[in-house]
Amino acid sequence: MCFNSTLAYYHIIKLKFMAYSEKVIDHYSNPKNVGTLDKSQKNVGTGLVGAPECGDVMRLQIEVDESTGIIKDAKFKTFGCGSAIASSSLATEWLKGKSVEDALKIDNMEIVEELNLPPVKIHCSVLAEDAIKAAINDFRVKNGMEELKFEGSVIH
Amino acid sequence: MIMNMLKLPIYLDHNATTPCDPRVVEAMIPYFTEHFGNSASRNHPFGWQAEEGIDYAREQIAKLIGADPKEIIFTSGATEADNLAIKGVFDMYASKGNHIITATTEHKAVLDTCKHIEKSGGEVTYLEVDPEGMINLQELEAAIKPSTILIAIMYANNEIGTVQPIKEISRIAKKHGVLVFTDGTQAVSKIPVDVNKDGIDLMAFTAHKMYGPKGVGALYVRRKNPRVKVTAQMDGGGHERGMRSGTLNVAGIVGFGKACEIAIQEMHTETERVSKLRDKLENALLKLEEAYVNGSRESRLPHVSNISFKYVEGEGLMMGFNKDIAVSSGSACTSASLEPSYVLKALGLGDDLAHSSLRFGLGRFTTEEQIDYTIEQVSKTVIKLREMSPLWEMYKEGVDLDKIEWAHH
Repeated sequence: MCFNSTLAYYHIIKLKFMAYSEKVIDHYSNPKNVGTLDKSQKNVGTGLVGAPECGDVMRLQIEVDESTGIIKDAKFKTFGCGSAIASSSLATEWLKGKSVEDALKIDNMEIVEELNLPPVKIHCSVLAEDAIKAAINDFRVKNGMEELKFEGSVIH
Repeated sequence: MIMNMLKLPIYLDHNATTPCDPRVVEAMIPYFTEHFGNSASRNHPFGWQAEEGIDYAREQIAKLIGADPKEIIFTSGATEADNLAIKGVFDMYASKGNHIITATTEHKAVLDTCKHIEKSGGEVTYLEVDPEGMINLQELEAAIKPSTILIAIMYANNEIGTVQPIKEISRIAKKHGVLVFTDGTQAVSKIPVDVNKDGIDLMAFTAHKMYGPKGVGALYVRRKNPRVKVTAQMDGGGHERGMRSGTLNVAGIVGFGKACEIAIQEMHTETERVSKLRDKLENALLKLEEAYVNGSRESRLPHVSNISFKYVEGEGLMMGFNKDIAVSSGSACTSASLEPSYVLKALGLGDDLAHSSLRFGLGRFTTEEQIDYTIEQVSKTVIKLREMSPLWEMYKEGVDLDKIEWAHH
């Protein structure tokens, strides 16, 4: 293969790979906060969303500092494509250090923007938002608070 | 010690397409520049040369499938040949009946053509397959009725490589006076296919799956016992015995011929070499826990392996190595369609397993070194993604995933 065609070849690979965006590739290759928190703890909220049949399942967990209401740790495990893994990895990063109230404000479109997700992958970000809300609700119910109802549930 | 440099990326998607064999390209080149004539030009040497090239290719192609050269109708590829066979028989034999029998695991070029037939007033029976991907011969025979004009069953499946019992199928068809059409796209050149021994009346196949160029294929149409005719689906100059109009792709056809000639010479040794590599890959990957081969392992093409790695999603899995190794997945994680492969679902696989599948398609230029690298990379990624998978964790904890109420979306 001559030099020019090699160059052209790498150019194509790079273009195609761009479909995933560098940030997605980075989260996929070096996911942040993979793991499991002890769900029996009262200050741990667990959200499990998606379905194996649909090709993605996310489990997102938050550990809340009960005195401050701040999320001090967050972990995830995801079965899904690279964008689903990246969306949940990013979500855990954003959750850490946020108050539960602020965490509720995370919108899936922020994830889309941050990760540069293409339209066909938007559902991955929706799933991450669902997982955050499910984890918060689990934490609330465990601590005697009422379950929040989300207007026009983002679960599709 | 200098390590043998492994050239990346590695191509293991030979069911999608194959590279042109350099010998094929060499045979084609004169037909672009020197012998560029239109093979239908009967009155000058340019046309004669082109026609000579076509005639020779027709012989090479016919020989590979045990046919007479006159029985080869050139098309733009297998999809066109599938369309021509099914629609052409439906139109030609309308007075005899309107019923076609096919199977749920056929290629879309056959299934969508059958859908078209249904809209045009035809009736189609779609046979189910068993977990190995095989049709049931009793069900096939039971589906035949007086109005049945055609049985369309593929020789070998493109996703799982399962080879159907074509000989038995045609024996049943003959008994009832029904024509047999088979999509031989994946099988021809990989395993011995003989239209007479197999009792095939029509067969679609294409050059680019056998180290020939894209854009050229053929429909075999039997001329004797019985004489089969199809109604042309394109109007024009009446080329190819009136069944397929359009100036022939001379260079492409010459390449197709060369590809067939090479297949005749090398199929035997190639099959032996490639199936050994395939088995090495498959056995190594099956050492991973919860990994399953999809489709029959006995009645199967020598170069294909379709494996589900449970609790890992296929597209995510491919992302771990797809800049270095090219394979396909039965998972389609897009918002437009979350549906996994219909072929895998037809085997009775749950959607979760279908989403977890990879198809490896080895080929003429695949080396052992490439296979070793693939085993290493795929195993590594499966293990890494399982550590990240909530389903794997639940499975390890003994949770029955079927009992969980998933939020379907």
